[in-house]
Amino acid sequence: MATASKSSDMNRRGFLRVSFAAAGGLFVSLYLEPRFAFAQEAGGQPQAPKNYPPDAFVNIRPDGKIVIQVNRLEFGQGVQTALPMLLADELDADWSNVIADLAPAADVYKDPMFGIQMVGGSGSIAHSYQQYRELGAKTRAMLVAAAAERWNTTPAQCRTEASVVHGPGGRSATYAELAGDAARKPVPANVTLKKATELRFVGKKVKRLDSRPKCDGTLKFGLDLDLPGMKVAVVAHPPVFGARVKRIVDDEARRVEGVRDVFEIQLAKGSGVAVVADKFWPAKQARSRLKIEWDTTGLDKADSAELWTRYKQLGSTPGTVAVSNGDVKTLDQLPGDKRIVAEFEFPFLAHAPMEPLNTTIRFDGDRAEVWAGSQFQTVDQMAIAEVLGLKPEQVTFHTEMAGGGFGRRAVADSHVQREAATIAKRLRGTPLKLVWTREDDVQGGYYRPMHFHRVEVGIGADGLPAAWRHVIVGQSITADTPFAAFVVKNGVDSTMTEGVADTHYNLKNHHVSVHHPKVNVPVLWWRSVGHTHTAFVMETLIDELAMRARVDPIAYRRRLLKPEAKKLLRPLELLDTATARWRNRLPKGHALGISCHESFGTGVACAVDVSIENKRPRVHRAAVAVDCGLAVNPLSVESQFQAGLGFGLSQMMAKGAITLKDGVVEQRNFDGFVPPYIIDAPMAVDVHIVPSTEAPTGCGEPPVPVISPAVANALARLTGKRYRSLPLVSL
Amino acid sequence: MATYQLNINGQRKEVNVDPSTPLLWVLREDLKMTGTKFGCGISACGACTVHVAGVATRSCIVPVSHIGERAIVTIEGIGQDTVGRAVQDAWVDTDVVQCGYCQSGQIMAAVALLKHTPKPTDANIDESMGGNICRCATYVRIREAIKNAAAELTKGGE
Ligand code: FES
Ligand code: FES
Repeated sequence: MATASKSSDMNRRGFLRVSFAAAGGLFVSLYLEPRFAFAQEAGGQPQAPKNYPPDAFVNIRPDGKIVIQVNRLEFGQGVQTALPMLLADELDADWSNVIADLAPAADVYKDPMFGIQMVGGSGSIAHSYQQYRELGAKTRAMLVAAAAERWNTTPAQCRTEASVVHGPGGRSATYAELAGDAARKPVPANVTLKKATELRFVGKKVKRLDSRPKCDGTLKFGLDLDLPGMKVAVVAHPPVFGARVKRIVDDEARRVEGVRDVFEIQLAKGSGVAVVADKFWPAKQARSRLKIEWDTTGLDKADSAELWTRYKQLGSTPGTVAVSNGDVKTLDQLPGDKRIVAEFEFPFLAHAPMEPLNTTIRFDGDRAEVWAGSQFQTVDQMAIAEVLGLKPEQVTFHTEMAGGGFGRRAVADSHVQREAATIAKRLRGTPLKLVWTREDDVQGGYYRPMHFHRVEVGIGADGLPAAWRHVIVGQSITADTPFAAFVVKNGVDSTMTEGVADTHYNLKNHHVSVHHPKVNVPVLWWRSVGHTHTAFVMETLIDELAMRARVDPIAYRRRLLKPEAKKLLRPLELLDTATARWRNRLPKGHALGISCHESFGTGVACAVDVSIENKRPRVHRAAVAVDCGLAVNPLSVESQFQAGLGFGLSQMMAKGAITLKDGVVEQRNFDGFVPPYIIDAPMAVDVHIVPSTEAPTGCGEPPVPVISPAVANALARLTGKRYRSLPLVSL
Repeated sequence: MATYQLNINGQRKEVNVDPSTPLLWVLREDLKMTGTKFGCGISACGACTVHVAGVATRSCIVPVSHIGERAIVTIEGIGQDTVGRAVQDAWVDTDVVQCGYCQSGQIMAAVALLKHTPKPTDANIDESMGGNICRCATYVRIREAIKNAAAELTKGGE
């Protein structure tokens, strides 16, 4: 991989351990209709990841349509368009005839970097860039070889364009005509990829392939699935995480017309009551008529107010050391005006993807079929197999288009899939759709963890930070999961310290330590993971320092960044010039906010124009400058950033927190946990992309971290207050 | 259970359901018209927006028994309408969608807006689209697409 770095190698080893156990030696080399499929490699032998047989990815149909399998979930990030672009460009395919399909779970579709089939870490393009280009180039080579043989010439004499091979003497043949012969050609081991200047549409703005069906109601999401004889289930989940059913009174529930069964089921944590009905509505009606007594004996009842007290106490003591550079003891001797002591609070956050969580399963005794919008096909397939007493390869796992996810569809314990499988097991032969209502989702845990940060910064004579002591408190996301082995090092979960421990600011005297308390609330990665809070802390503090030093916030950042932090320096430079026209000429009552942050290899600088309307921040304009290496589809990059900033503002919403009281989540639905509406989002977002031919890095998560600190920094200029606790309940 | 004759996208449909069943679930489960989406069930997100007698309506909280003779238009039928088609085309041309799950509702809300306000201001957009959540937050492009559709529809009209 062009993008392989030390840490990704580490990731890869970790994930490979997981996947070898899962794979059971099965190697799927083929699943498309063999009629048009390309050559299968000898005996379907397992092979190095880079030699994927193109047939599992490309199907050239007789009607000229080219079906490309996308090896990961599409849930908004645009990968269903971008990966086919890479393949089709190398293939010289006619783009207007390309169809993209989401591939089912199979070894061949595992992420080349992570070794499991998944979406995460903004790796969809970064990890499959080389893979999809090679697949396209190999397929093209086989088509050209077939044409050359047909015309008794050499491949070098042939050229390709728009799904046609052109040969000497004006001869030509379409890919569809050549597909059969090409299928008998060996898959070349090595191919030469196009030079940047030869790419036809990679690097250009290409519209999404999935727009029309998402605009006319024809696209089927997982929740829209309807199978003959299908039943629908909802589950009454315990009010306290891990509680167990003590007693059920279900007579009233059973009387609801259309209800088929009511029974207790084992959950990933505790137990619950499943209601199976002919349709969703009766199932939901029946669930509301259940009377359940819960056993919470021995369970920790998380309570946000208590947790803040505990976290604050923990934060005032040093924790497990993550970084110790230079000497921070000088801090203790500094006078108050040369020191900033800041404490930050970040609440639990729900992902609340627009399409509520769901999974459909039919269990047939010796096999099962599953339909799910999953970010974690390999893991979910294994979990379902385990519940049903099957081998993973006996579970056919279809990837359904998903209505958002933001991390919520990548859960190490596969609790939704386990729940569905547990119910489906009782309904042998009958397809079962499990639906989580919005209430299940908002109250169901797997949140971005609560965090507390305490930071002490000593200010040097030059106005730059002379010493930086930082304590972070928060649950470890990966502890107790198979991912801990490579994410947690020496007791520090790096998904909590990313953005602080590896800061690109030149902090010579830098000390970071962590506390990972155990709390009975399941937690999970939430789009941009640790950067959701670390960027806020770093960027609001840097802004405060710049203001104290009376230095322009862009200039201050450029001065403080390490010279090798190119992925941030280039965007800052671009932002500086691109926003020069409006940045320092804002209307009265407006203020500028600046931030920059690198995450998942992508550097972003952000400027916002903010005023206060109805006691809330109004973002009139935002601009980002982005260095994501080669922008495979600049339109998609633009769109991810425009909307990703809006998503990031979830953190600022007055009702943007999940809180617990006595073990119970206090919010139930979008009335209590309120994501941004159009009025809360930036009115306009300009996206400036740093021109680059470097290997691409992700754009799904990097928009999220920059916006909240930029807005908070603008607000600080308007109100004179520093905002250290999210959400922003009041100004 | 009761039988209802519904007028949906200009067609007569008969369903036999519990009277309390929200229109949303009648559409999705009894009529298999899944373009209208379930997002919250409490009238807070707009994913389930349809037109009832021309008014943008949250189908998740309207019991089927309250519909009566009123004509229902859903995302599946809105393309037959000039404004509906223009909005859908503007959505595609502007590359609005991400996950797409909220967009049926967004489009239905936008069509209702443009029908009574052919040239909406930003404030009109904030107001009419103000109750529709897009969790992907594609709001910048939604705003742009509404303006593009409005421009297309009023082209040459003055
Ligand atoms: S589902 Fe009807 S408003 Fe959310
Ligand atoms: S496009 Fe995903 S919720 Fe709107």
